[in-house]
Amino acid sequence: MIYLQLFWSFFQIGLFSFGGGFAAMPLIQSQVVDIHGWLTLTEFTDLITISEMTPGPIAINSATFVGTQIAGLGGALVSTFGCILPSCIIVSLLAWLYEKYKELVVIKGVLAGLRPTVIALIFSAGLSILVLSFWGADGFSWDISSIDYIAVFMFAAGLILLRRFKPNPLFIMLGSGVFGGVCYLLC
Amino acid sequence: MEKNLKNYSKLFKSTFLLSSFTFGGGYVMIPLMKKKFVDELGWLEEEETLNMTAIAQSSPGAMAVNASILVGWRLMGIPGALVAILGTVLPPLMILSVISMFYAAFQDNAIVSAALKGMMAGVCAVIFDVVITMGGKVIKAKKLLPILIMSGAFLGYYLLHVNIVYIILFCGTLGALVSLHDKKTGKEHI
Repeated sequence: MIYLQLFWSFFQIGLFSFGGGFAAMPLIQSQVVDIHGWLTLTEFTDLITISEMTPGPIAINSATFVGTQIAGLGGALVSTFGCILPSCIIVSLLAWLYEKYKELVVIKGVLAGLRPTVIALIFSAGLSILVLSFWGADGFSWDISSIDYIAVFMFAAGLILLRRFKPNPLFIMLGSGVFGGVCYLLC
Repeated sequence: MEKNLKNYSKLFKSTFLLSSFTFGGGYVMIPLMKKKFVDELGWLEEEETLNMTAIAQSSPGAMAVNASILVGWRLMGIPGALVAILGTVLPPLMILSVISMFYAAFQDNAIVSAALKGMMAGVCAVIFDVVITMGGKVIKAKKLLPILIMSGAFLGYYLLHVNIVYIILFCGTLGALVSLHDKKTGKEHI
């Protein structure tokens, strides 16, 4: 049964993630963390970090990682298959429609409506990771002493560097891993 | 194109290599694909890759997978599409299953877990950078409806915990209806 669950979850992730890049992230979080509890938020964040540092789309990386964790190699294959099946069907359908009509007003409209939606969803997922990073697993609190200042500093420094100098995000993550890792080990 | 073993293996090798060295998702993959299949191999016209990009971006799912389905299909039909998918999916599948097997052991290692904890703040910075860039464009365009959709989707998902699938279905339908109405009336709400 677990195979069927994995397949169906990643089928939905493949079907509803529009826009590439981080677009799949909120859907993966919703399925894997919120609905099924296959990963904790910390494990999910590690997964996003690992995905950003390895080649390949986040959705495929997640399908393999979650599948392997939950049900071994078979789970990885089933999840990955579920994830790409909607693409296969819809890409073929759209390619055919595109040949016929060249201009797809409705599809363009759907995408125009989804673009701001996806940004909001990525922001929401990012915010839950930020809360985890600043306050730990207990979540947001007004108590200032519970804030992880190392994380706040590295987040701010990383964001400023990214906005100013537009470096490869890989460097920001490696840098925060090395610098943050040393700080956490020393503190 | 001739459907022989040599061409299949060339297609597999091309997609496998592209997928192995593409960090950062689909937006990076598409220009690299153009370079490989148009400039290097001469298998596709530049014009075609533009159409393929449009379709790959319009379809749900990972853009790299969508683009490779289109390339494989166009070159060598359904077997070509399957070969291209395999080449694209195999590198992340192999890398992540190895990482996943060692993850439990890594997690307990003090150094690795400190580094992962540090990287959590880094990945947040990367996500917020993307959100600021994309969200900034929506706000600068100064159209009321997209801004309302963006705020509404955030409130619905983050604060009210509405199921994400309903949000996507609702906003996609809204976009389609408004754009059809806009086309009839010649306005531009979205």
